[in-house]
Amino acid sequence: MSVHKRKAYGLFDPALLSTAVKQSFIKLNPAKMIRNPVMFTVELGTLIMAGVVLESVLTGNRTQGSVGYNVSVFLVLFMTLLFANFAEAIAEARGKAQADSLRKTRQDTPAKLIAPVDKSLEEQVIMVSSSQLRLGDRFVCETGDIIPMDGEIVEGIATIDESAITGESAPVIREAGGDKSSVTGGTKVLSDRIIVRVSTQPGETFLDKMIALVEGANRQKTPNEVALTILLASFTIVFVIVCVTLKPFADYANTPITIAAYISLFVCLIPTTIGGLLSAIGIAGMDRALRANVIAKSGKAVETAGDIDTLLLDKTGTITIGNRKATNFYPAIDTDEKCFIELAVLSSLADDTPEGKSIIELAQQKGIQRKKDPSMEFIGFTAETRCSGVNLASGIRIRKGAQDTIRQLVMKGGQKVPPAIDERVRLISENGGTPLVVAEGDQVRGVIELQDIIKPGIQERFERLRKMGVKTVMVTGDNPLTAKYIAEKAGVDDFIAEAKPEDKMNYIKAEQHSGKLVAMMGDGTNDAPALAQADVGVAMNSGTQAAKEAGNMVDLDNDPTKLIEVVEIGKQLLITRGTLTTFSIANDVAKYFAIVPALFVAALPALQGLNIMNLKSPETAILSAVIFNAIIIPILIPLALRGVKYKPIGASALLRRNLLIYGIGGVIVPFIGIKVIDLIIGTII
Amino acid sequence: MYKEIIGVILTYGLSLALAIPLGKAIAHWLKGEKSSWNFMAPVERVIYKFSGIDPQEEMNWKQHLKSMLTINLIWFIYGFGMLISQGSLFLNPGGIKSMSPDLAFNTAISFMVNCNLQHYSGETGLSYLSQIAVITFFQFVSAATGIAMVFVLFKALREKASENLGNFWVFFVQSITRILFPLSFVMAILLAFSGTPASFANRDDIVTVQGDSVGVSRGPAAGMIAIKHLGTNGGGWFGANSAHPFENPNYFTNTVELIAQVIVPLALVFALGFYLNRKKLSVVIFSVMTLGFFCLLVPTVISEIRGNPEIQRLGIAQSTGSMEGKEVRFGPAISAYWSIVTTVISTGSVNSMHDSTMPLSGAMQMLGMMTNAFYGGCGVGILNYFIFLIIAVFVSGMMVGRTPEFLGRKIEAREMKIASIIAILHPLLILAFTALSSYVLVHAPNAAWAIKPSGWLNNPGSHGFSEMLYEYSSSAANNGSGFEGLADNNIFWNLTTGIVLLIGRFLPIIGPIAIAGILANKKYVPQTAGTLRSDSYTFGAMTFAVIVIITALAFFPALTLGPLAEYFSIT
Repeated sequence: MSVHKRKAYGLFDPALLSTAVKQSFIKLNPAKMIRNPVMFTVELGTLIMAGVVLESVLTGNRTQGSVGYNVSVFLVLFMTLLFANFAEAIAEARGKAQADSLRKTRQDTPAKLIAPVDKSLEEQVIMVSSSQLRLGDRFVCETGDIIPMDGEIVEGIATIDESAITGESAPVIREAGGDKSSVTGGTKVLSDRIIVRVSTQPGETFLDKMIALVEGANRQKTPNEVALTILLASFTIVFVIVCVTLKPFADYANTPITIAAYISLFVCLIPTTIGGLLSAIGIAGMDRALRANVIAKSGKAVETAGDIDTLLLDKTGTITIGNRKATNFYPAIDTDEKCFIELAVLSSLADDTPEGKSIIELAQQKGIQRKKDPSMEFIGFTAETRCSGVNLASGIRIRKGAQDTIRQLVMKGGQKVPPAIDERVRLISENGGTPLVVAEGDQVRGVIELQDIIKPGIQERFERLRKMGVKTVMVTGDNPLTAKYIAEKAGVDDFIAEAKPEDKMNYIKAEQHSGKLVAMMGDGTNDAPALAQADVGVAMNSGTQAAKEAGNMVDLDNDPTKLIEVVEIGKQLLITRGTLTTFSIANDVAKYFAIVPALFVAALPALQGLNIMNLKSPETAILSAVIFNAIIIPILIPLALRGVKYKPIGASALLRRNLLIYGIGGVIVPFIGIKVIDLIIGTII
Repeated sequence: MYKEIIGVILTYGLSLALAIPLGKAIAHWLKGEKSSWNFMAPVERVIYKFSGIDPQEEMNWKQHLKSMLTINLIWFIYGFGMLISQGSLFLNPGGIKSMSPDLAFNTAISFMVNCNLQHYSGETGLSYLSQIAVITFFQFVSAATGIAMVFVLFKALREKASENLGNFWVFFVQSITRILFPLSFVMAILLAFSGTPASFANRDDIVTVQGDSVGVSRGPAAGMIAIKHLGTNGGGWFGANSAHPFENPNYFTNTVELIAQVIVPLALVFALGFYLNRKKLSVVIFSVMTLGFFCLLVPTVISEIRGNPEIQRLGIAQSTGSMEGKEVRFGPAISAYWSIVTTVISTGSVNSMHDSTMPLSGAMQMLGMMTNAFYGGCGVGILNYFIFLIIAVFVSGMMVGRTPEFLGRKIEAREMKIASIIAILHPLLILAFTALSSYVLVHAPNAAWAIKPSGWLNNPGSHGFSEMLYEYSSSAANNGSGFEGLADNNIFWNLTTGIVLLIGRFLPIIGPIAIAGILANKKYVPQTAGTLRSDSYTFGAMTFAVIVIITALAFFPALTLGPLAEYFSIT
């Protein structure tokens, strides 16, 4: 299987259009329509209109208006239904296309299952299809293999190309134990050999869940959607009351009202616009999350993300560029700078950590270079010695490590750390740096300053979050001094220094206790409890299975800043729903002014005064209103799918803005729209 | 005419000036702070002791509602019994007969629910005993019920609210001893000295200049007229209500009565802010209500001052505006003001006949009752407003990208369900019952009833329709004013309006209290920059839009067939 590039679909991709159109008809099935009470009542109205048309054709009864008029109303209502279904179908199709491109990565691939062959329990590798793998099975992957199934490495280390999932071409390292032991089905092993234990049942992977969510098959309404549906249903009931009571009112006023007029009035008044677009908005929200390479386990999780009050972010990788870099060499008073740099370089030659490499780079910039020599004996960093270094052939022992470690080392040799060095170490710490002390034998030769590099643009992002009302908290293992410095520099609101996993947990609990919603991102097994505790827990795809189980979203990109995007996606989802509801209801004002005078003007000619749009005739007025009501749905589909943009300008300003655009706009637009349609129909008839 | 307008402005300004300190005082005592109100505490202690009330006992929202509903049921039985037997009871110098069961049913409910729809005429329909022990009694307790309920809401909206929301009996008793009784006392004295009768003597027989013998009704009316306004009740001692020269002798008493009916509802709006320490919230709510009030008031005053265009067309000058159905001692401006105050506040007393006002004024009066949340009745006005506010919070919360919350509590499906039901209820009652009466009228005009349906309406066409629409709007809003011209004392109207009154009273109390109780039990979410502030004017605009749209959308067709059709036909 080759690596599939994720395809980006346009809003109305032709490939998707035909499926969506087909689906629009399939969705007319009343058993499906009933899930959406608003549109279901429109379907009932359409059926009644079909009856009216049939009756007038068959019996020649014209009391309900001309056949042409009734047929037109019927067709427009039918189109209204199709448009609403189309909105949902196109959203589903887009989601599905997105999911399919992910699913392609999970086509059947051969798997090397490790299984006991006979009673001697001797294990042997047999080839099976990936679909035959079950939870707990173990399989082998070697260089060039596609990993057949999500799982956890139990043995070995490998470089893996995850571009099929993340789109990121740089290979990543995954190894047994630790926090980077997870592998995803569909990714490719580039080197080495690993044994993987299957961690999920087939069909129950996160991706499967997400695909189901996006496809709508498994979509459950979120609490907010439920509440909104209740509100919309109540609006619908109000208009049922209005239309039903209108019959005796009209009888009293001696005004016959045609069935077409009744149904048109009803369909125009009930919130069909938002009713038709509601599920499309929800699906599109999930789809946007998927596009951001975030797999959400439920729609609720995405919605909740929009409500987050507090955001816990790991310092490393999120606020600062992954690793610290050497920024300065401070030699001891009695040491020549050049000599000190050489010592620093020597001690770091075998140091593969990014910090070690950055020391060599910095030295290079200063024109000092040293090469490895077979005679050198390199001492690696161990948890026990807590320092690293090199023993030169000349017998010189160079060590590099934290201040405490080196202090003990030189004190053993009967020496002291010079006060100037102590002072320097303190200064570096205060400025958010990490000091590394280098000793030659028993003599301290100087300090290397390592600095965290704050990611460019991160301050702006935090500022944006602050305006959204989200409090940011930096979590770091650094000492409080360093943490404070970086927190201030990056512009986070709070920090947890020297953080242990339980500190995170406690912080989350404390915030939640005061009523706040907390989001965090994590990857390690020891993050799992905190991920589960947080209201929104985003696990990195590279993280352990435990972490992924505990969170309610998985980020395929392993990008720690993703939380910020997730929050915006959640907000956008709610805003789109709110604004389109407002727009839909505000539309009713104009529709009333079109239809109500049309209903009664025959019996009460004085009501011509209410026909402020000066529509041509009662028939054109009613037709224009229903046509406007129908076409506004497809016009708004792009907005429903893309979402209304979120601007962090404060809640009141945002409400004012959206109220102006969608509330006032919602009142004005239909006046213009209905008038224009009336002019067009007027010339045709 | 300018003088008249200035009269309107001064009356409103004076009401406001009195309501703000009253609201502050109410908040003080509710908070349990020392206040001058404590002078009534000894009286209250006696009442508690006598009634077996433990003032320290705290109730949750369900217990509050249970107490409120139980006592109302008892009152109803008591009131009904008194009215159907008044003919054989004491204090009946006029020899008034007992009420028919259907009229007693309607009257007992009507006064119990603070509506005061009167399908009888006070002079000939009620004995002095009924006037005092039923009517005046209900006018006190129904107002106190509403105030007690809104206190529950206040308690529930506190930052550190819990299940315990105070004691219903204490709220109820204090509403009477601390607000209604002292204010009524003062007002009754003002009225009595201005000429309102306060005598137990039977009607006075006089011989007019013409030589006719006339019985002039009187009675201990001053006290009842005071509480009728202070408790937003509205039911008059005399049939002509506050248009009657005894009930409302002059411009001074007119002003007193106008101030009296708005002072408690206004004060409660301010009390909310003082009590919650959210003065801006009160100011915003007050502004929204006032905006709504003025939107109804201004067209009414203008159309009454302008006079009737039909008369204009006859070439008759109307220098005093439209005077049909109005008292010369009041004039069109203050009468128009009264007609809007009494319909938005749910008092329902009248000093002019609404049936005779201009069509546009009629539409405004009905809209006042259809919205029923611009100030509104004692306590219940805020409860009605609260429903609209919850819906506004929900929609605007979404518009700013957060799941909606009000004063730190999330609004979820359950609260929306309750709010939606209550919001639907009002149009349902008004429209469905107007439809029913229209149907009966059209399809069974000659039904063999005491009054045939064809004889119900005084006017044909749109105006007749308005008479029915107004009657049910007034019932559902617990307002009690009548458009008049409707033959309403018969089984059909007594029964149907009775049902509307009951539902229209209790569900709109139960719903908001339930929501408040549920919210009080929710976790408090502190405010952040992303939280929508419910005390901003933007949010106020949103609430206003929700109120206008819900009422406009639901009632537009009905209003079109009634007052709007009439309006367009005479202009």
